[in-house]
Amino acid sequence: MSGESTLIHDLRALEAEALEAVGAAGGADELEAVRVSYLGRKDGRISAILRRLGELDASERPAVGAEANRVKATLGEALDARGRELEAAEGMAGILDESDLSLPARSRFTGARHPVTIVVDELWEIFRGLGFTRARGPEVETEWYNFEALNTPLDHPAADEQDTIYLSGGHLLRSHTSPVQVRVMERYQPPIRVLAPGMVYRRDTYDATHAPAFAQLEGLVVDEGVTFVDLKATLAEFARRYWGPGTRIRFRPSFFPFTEPSAEVDVKRVYRDAEGREHETDWLEIMGAGMVDPAVLDSAGIDSERYTGFAFGMGPGRIGMLKYGISDIRAYFENDVRFLQQFARR
Amino acid sequence: MNVSFRWIRDLAPELEIDPGEAATRLTARGFPVEDRLDLSRGLREIRIARVEAVRSHPNADRLRLCDVDDGTEVVQVVCGAENVEAGAWYPFAPVGATLPGGMTIRKAKLRGEVSMGMLCSEAELGLGPGSDGLLTLHGSFSAGDSFVDATGLDDYRLDVEVTSNRPDLLSHRGIARELLREGDGEIRLPMIPGESEAARIRVEELEHRQGDGSGVRSERASIRIDDAVRCPRYLGLVIRGVTVGPSPEWLQARLRAVGARPINNVVDATNYVLQELGQPLHAFDLDRLDGGSIVVRRAREGERIRTLDGVERTLTSEMLAICDAERPIAIAGVMGGEESEVTTETRDVFLECALFAPGPIRATRKALGLSTDASYRFERGADPAGLTEALTRCARVIQAVAGGEVEGPVLDEAEHRYHPPRVTLRPERVQRVLGVEFEESRIRSLLDPLGFTVESSTGTALSVGIPGWRSWDVTREVDLIEEIARTHGYDRFPDTLGAYRPGTVPDDPSFAVEDRIRAELAAWGLHEAQTPAFAPEGEGKVEVLNPISTEERWLRRSLLPALLRRVEYNLARGNRDVRLYEIGTTFRPGEEGFPPIERTHLAFVLHGRRAPEHWSEPDEALDFWDVKGLLEAITDVVHPGELRLGAASTDAADAGPFVPGAHLAIFDAAGSPRGNGGAIDPARVDLPPWAGTVWGLELEIPAADRAPESETVRPLPSHPGTDRDLALVVRDEQPLRDVMAHLEGGGGEYLRTARVFDLYRGEGIPEGSRSIAVRLHFRADDRTLTDHEVDGVIATLSRTLKEELGVGIRGE
Repeated sequence: MSGESTLIHDLRALEAEALEAVGAAGGADELEAVRVSYLGRKDGRISAILRRLGELDASERPAVGAEANRVKATLGEALDARGRELEAAEGMAGILDESDLSLPARSRFTGARHPVTIVVDELWEIFRGLGFTRARGPEVETEWYNFEALNTPLDHPAADEQDTIYLSGGHLLRSHTSPVQVRVMERYQPPIRVLAPGMVYRRDTYDATHAPAFAQLEGLVVDEGVTFVDLKATLAEFARRYWGPGTRIRFRPSFFPFTEPSAEVDVKRVYRDAEGREHETDWLEIMGAGMVDPAVLDSAGIDSERYTGFAFGMGPGRIGMLKYGISDIRAYFENDVRFLQQFARR
Repeated sequence: MNVSFRWIRDLAPELEIDPGEAATRLTARGFPVEDRLDLSRGLREIRIARVEAVRSHPNADRLRLCDVDDGTEVVQVVCGAENVEAGAWYPFAPVGATLPGGMTIRKAKLRGEVSMGMLCSEAELGLGPGSDGLLTLHGSFSAGDSFVDATGLDDYRLDVEVTSNRPDLLSHRGIARELLREGDGEIRLPMIPGESEAARIRVEELEHRQGDGSGVRSERASIRIDDAVRCPRYLGLVIRGVTVGPSPEWLQARLRAVGARPINNVVDATNYVLQELGQPLHAFDLDRLDGGSIVVRRAREGERIRTLDGVERTLTSEMLAICDAERPIAIAGVMGGEESEVTTETRDVFLECALFAPGPIRATRKALGLSTDASYRFERGADPAGLTEALTRCARVIQAVAGGEVEGPVLDEAEHRYHPPRVTLRPERVQRVLGVEFEESRIRSLLDPLGFTVESSTGTALSVGIPGWRSWDVTREVDLIEEIARTHGYDRFPDTLGAYRPGTVPDDPSFAVEDRIRAELAAWGLHEAQTPAFAPEGEGKVEVLNPISTEERWLRRSLLPALLRRVEYNLARGNRDVRLYEIGTTFRPGEEGFPPIERTHLAFVLHGRRAPEHWSEPDEALDFWDVKGLLEAITDVVHPGELRLGAASTDAADAGPFVPGAHLAIFDAAGSPRGNGGAIDPARVDLPPWAGTVWGLELEIPAADRAPESETVRPLPSHPGTDRDLALVVRDEQPLRDVMAHLEGGGGEYLRTARVFDLYRGEGIPEGSRSIAVRLHFRADDRTLTDHEVDGVIATLSRTLKEELGVGIRGE
């Protein structure tokens, strides 16, 4: 056996032994002892073998040197890996030894959208799926857009029913989102399928169900051949998607100057509890709707003989109260963080 | 509208439904019944008793002893009411009966005298507010009669919500009409108790004298209309020799059943017809009308009248007045005057039945703040074809309950006579709107019962005659289409979703911007708040003309003040960590003649800890660098390009809620101010002693004209980079921004980032300077940079920093 092969053989034997020692090291101190014992510059056993290179022929040295470097690198990596392993284990050992796992975890603050925003977003999500886009209009309006263009003459009692808040110069705060209908129809040609969420204002003092400012969400569809059946179908589909497939919907005749026929829309949720028993809620009044009055189409410059349309309006705040069991609308404006926090991750 | 169910039954005798079914039918037609009240509740044990004799109480001045015949025996009752009279009929609660208020009557001794029951007042029976003495009953009774049966209280009162387009439903006949279905018979006005056949015929056959716009007169009275627009028609007649007094029980019962208060027989008769037919009428004392003449004219500016409610009112020339030869005697369609009021002295009555235009009635009612049963109906529209019927019906009732004799002729002044309108209806259009085909025969069967008369006319169209009581709300084809849908029943329409075309309206990009801001701020742990736009003095310059409260009569120009009040609210409740934001509209005055300018703002307020408490480490309070971090996080979403913070104007008046001097402005890339931020001045908020610094920031969200674009990702580097740390010694007055700009400008094409990772003052650093440690990252896309190349750049940077900015390198 040549000197070269003896040294290589020794190196490989030492490598195997050293790797075993690395695996057996039970702590950082032991691991350091292993490192010194094999790779230490003075007394390391691999260094000792390398010192014997001089005994070899010059032609044999490169092969042995290369092998020695490979073994050193392998061993170095094994030492590092075992070191990280021991460190992690020691970290956990510290916790397990010194602490109680039931101590509170570290957390971070979670934010939340306002519950009314959450409802608006949920409604939007559904109507987006039904082909709607969102539109916006100003909160300061004129009597024309808030009333007259919506077939509500200023001297009709219907104009009183909304308790409008007036500003100077003939301006007012819109009492509903319906003016957006007119603004959209003035700007775009049918087919129109829009949803207009926004704040509206009425001269209501605060109580459990009233506030002078609240969110409303308006829908408008105008095209050729749009009928009352389409209105019912769209809202029934919306109700099933929002409140669940068993939801029933009821149309009751009503009066709004800007739609004809007009309807109040009620829903009744039918659902099963954990034990499979069926329950149903009362009829809940959730929106007003109707076929767009031809006078409204005409005042927005749309040919009411050719086009028909439907519109609907609902209160996301009210829907949120029903959905989340909020009994007083003032909770929306108090903004108590203990209330708002409950809407995180929703 | 209060509806007496018995009254409905009397109008439609073949209508065999119970009050519950009536409520269901009305609701299905669009008129929800909000309440259903059993008028006999708690009154079943009350009897009608006759007081035989009244004696004084031996031991009490204010009490009387009554001998009361309750039908089975005569008992002694102690009574405190002053109006008790021998021979009169009263409601009587015998011993053992329980009153609606829950009190049970027991045998009692009052000041030593036995009392075997109680004679009752209206209030004690829960029938009204009147507690001035016993409820005296007028009519023919037998002692012991059931009070409920004898006074018509065996009834239900339905509170029907009538929409403002349906004045015809403000009457019992109108309600009955909506209730009738096929097979329910017809509506007939009930006979008037106490009226003889001869009396009826005499009134119905009275001469009818029509005017033509120039006035009409009889021997006793005359009518002239000066404003035919506001009063298209005015009818009147004279009833001679009435005896004004309490109404008989049947009439009082009718009024009580709908919650109206009986006054006297003449006034009650007008209210009866108002309730029955919906037409307001007014009775004048004819002797108080100067010259017996009625002039319908505009009031003179400043003319005064004392109305029936005892209030002296000043009229304007915009108001219509009913006048005699001299002065106003009534505010047309709103309320009569006190001077011409019917009283017990009245002998002859002039009965008015007129039509007034809705708009001016509404304006007058609003100007005077005086809403009455009459104004409520006139401003919605009275039946122009129903005046004669209402006038003669009321005259007959007066004759029956107050005696006297109706005198002809019926005076009827109008410049133009009313012609019932017709509306064209195309069955094809019905289908176009409703989505369901309706045969002509079906249309007839739906419209006929409501009083419409459907006639075939040319080709495919129908001609529909509109009854007078619907002439206000049914004027167009679409109004008839609604009637068809409503009477057919909304629930009978299918709801199958059909195909639809996508719309032409793009999704407004501002919504997408707000969606992204909300997502970003939720990730930062902020809660969205909503505050109303109404603000106190000093927080806005757009004024509300009719504010809900005078304190908050401005529209906010900024969101922060209201948010800070929410911070106060939360801290006052012990909520220590408050991180709120709001996206809302603010308002500023527009140019003269233009609307206020609306801007969408975003504001947030922060107080408390940076992270929830944890036992492993001490709490850290939020500080300015969190505010700056939030600003940077939303900058990309809100403002394309960079926003930067800079010192705001030092003028304290400008500081808003911020601490003067710690108030920063936000500038856009062009240098225009876009918002404010900083520490909130503790003097401006009401905080508990334990509170820390409150931070706030507000900026404008510019109108987005397109949705935020999604950017493509940058490829990851394929060659490693290298870092160099520089410890720069920078004078305090030298802004870091300049140093960073110099590094970025002079770092060459391979400098990728320059990040500050430490800041140090103290030993080893000259006074008035700080050491800022910056890590520079160099990288080439196509190869690994050599140390030599990077060292060269660092050497150059070190030199130019020194030469151009006076910034030294620490340790050199």
